[in-house]
Amino acid sequence: MPEITYREAIHDAMVEEMRRDETVFLIGEDIGSYGGAFGVSAGMLAEFGPERIRETPISELGIVGAAAGAAMVGMKPIAEMMFMDFILLAMEPLVNQAAKARFMFGGKATVPMVVRMAGGSGTGAAAQHSQSLESLLMHIPGIKVVAPSSPYDAKGLLLSAIRDPNPVCFVEHKLLYKVKGEVPEGEYTIPLGVADIKHAGTDLTIVTSGIMVNKSLAVAGRLEAEGISVEVLDLRTLRPMDTQAIIKSVKKTGRLLIVHEAVQTGGWAGEVMAVVSGSEAFDYLDAPMRRLAGKDVPIPYNRFLEAAAVPQEADIEAEVRAILANQY
Amino acid sequence: MAMWKKQEFDNFETTDALAKSKDLGLSPEQLVEMYRTMVKIRLFEEMADKQYALGKVHGTMHLSAGQEAVAVGAGFAVRRGEDYLLNHHRGHGHFIASGADVNRMMAEFLGKDTGYCHGRGGSMHIADVTANNLGANGIVGGGLQLSVGVGLAIQMRKSEKIVMTIFGDGAANEGIFHESLNMAGIWQLPIFYLCENNQYGMSANVNRVSARTPFKARAEAYGIPGYYIDGNDVLAVYEFAKMAAEHARTGAGPVFVETQTYRYFGHSKSDRNLYRTKEEIEYWKTVEDPIDRFEGLLLKADLITVEIVKQIQEELTAEINDAVTFAENSPEPDVNDLTEWVYA
Repeated sequence: MPEITYREAIHDAMVEEMRRDETVFLIGEDIGSYGGAFGVSAGMLAEFGPERIRETPISELGIVGAAAGAAMVGMKPIAEMMFMDFILLAMEPLVNQAAKARFMFGGKATVPMVVRMAGGSGTGAAAQHSQSLESLLMHIPGIKVVAPSSPYDAKGLLLSAIRDPNPVCFVEHKLLYKVKGEVPEGEYTIPLGVADIKHAGTDLTIVTSGIMVNKSLAVAGRLEAEGISVEVLDLRTLRPMDTQAIIKSVKKTGRLLIVHEAVQTGGWAGEVMAVVSGSEAFDYLDAPMRRLAGKDVPIPYNRFLEAAAVPQEADIEAEVRAILANQY
Repeated sequence: MAMWKKQEFDNFETTDALAKSKDLGLSPEQLVEMYRTMVKIRLFEEMADKQYALGKVHGTMHLSAGQEAVAVGAGFAVRRGEDYLLNHHRGHGHFIASGADVNRMMAEFLGKDTGYCHGRGGSMHIADVTANNLGANGIVGGGLQLSVGVGLAIQMRKSEKIVMTIFGDGAANEGIFHESLNMAGIWQLPIFYLCENNQYGMSANVNRVSARTPFKARAEAYGIPGYYIDGNDVLAVYEFAKMAAEHARTGAGPVFVETQTYRYFGHSKSDRNLYRTKEEIEYWKTVEDPIDRFEGLLLKADLITVEIVKQIQEELTAEINDAVTFAENSPEPDVNDLTEWVYA
């Protein structure tokens, strides 16, 4: 199977779907000749032209609002937020319009749109270009939230997101763009709302998503050599959350660590804990559930401070060992 | 008192309904139908207020009595059920003018399952997507940017439709207004911006909160032709709306028409009218009332008679009473269906 990058996987999904479906179009800032701030739409202007690679002024509210309006009348727009942080400028059309139109109008509207956004820290971009705002988006009924961790998942999930009749926020971690992985040629989809066991194990479950999947997998690999068996469950879609997969895994391992880059307070780790404590999996727990999340600070600029603000492999490993040793 | 700046209007006041209607290509029957629709809106709004006073309405409402000429003049100038409509929170009149069923409107107002939104939206979110009515909006200016997306879709499909996006003077001071007009301007989208200036954003007088009025200057700043007209002269509204719709339809890009009007009821039910005088309200009701003005012109031109006016009143009163009966006799939505329609 050919190896391509996460960036190429997202690019390919958009290109292939735009060839198949003429109602799909891309709208965002600097997505044309520049190819997007992270190069995801490189070359697409040449193939599809300025109408379907719709370059906008720096108007994030305008981008998401226009996408919502076009979706309401049958188009399938993909809106690009150059940085996830900028979705905050567009919360009105996303939350008050796109997410609610169907419900408010008694089931008579559909809003099939995707908002792609580059999230996460690690690039030295500091507090306003490094956030992980997934939990904010997950709090809104009517929106789906997807956060792929690999090129394979990115392509299959993006195709499903474009075809989904609901507004989908598609969170791409900046540090993953260059990561390579095997991706089959041709069309395949991964259903939204289905988690994936990225590494099977029996001693402890790590529930995670996005770049933290990769970090957790590195830790699981190292611990395996010591005979510690960690299961890494990649949620892939944060809303709707695959609660059955979480419950099943915890029943198997009896121990749960949740890892996310987003800040801890109000983060979705709490949601996972609520799912487990309200389910039959609770009786299977051999240790308290723990969470490892971003510190409750804005992302700082300095590289050492920045690294300290979000979970690193060493933090994950230490937390796994602590849970297994019953030392919290 | 807010000044009535007739000298600034881009329209000539209608003084002869017959001559004007000939210029506009409207038949006498169409004129009477326009009059009839204005009366229907007024009666609907008065009945809505009554229903509220009787304690039958769960939520709030924003009534448009006094603004009927804008709804009808514009509503009759676009292609019903074909052109797209995006609307503000004070939307009853525009929906009636677009041909909406008052039974289903009243049912939605009372939160019933037979309402346009099965009781999920209420007065502030009435929509009929199948008729290309993309809804009233609870967010001031909320429809302005959706209309850009609809305009893009129309343009990409090379369709002959247009979008009529209606908003108030309050929305003109939201950031979304500027993003919308700029995008419509650069892409030459088929959007008819209809600013319904009723002079107050809740309690804020338009001239107190706007650095420069009329707003047409803002449209012109984005390369969009802008007009400022008498919104209580229904034939003037029709004339400019017709011109705007054709302009947008023929690929000439967006147009902006600001209509000056006045609302009689308060902003919503919490309004005690502390920000305006009784004299001011009285002036608008007695001197500038859009229905009285049009009725006077029609009587003068012998297009209707006092008897016909009375007959129209009686017929429409019965129709609105029937709407209330329909709504009252309709079932409540099933609570078991609460989570329906959150996702498609």
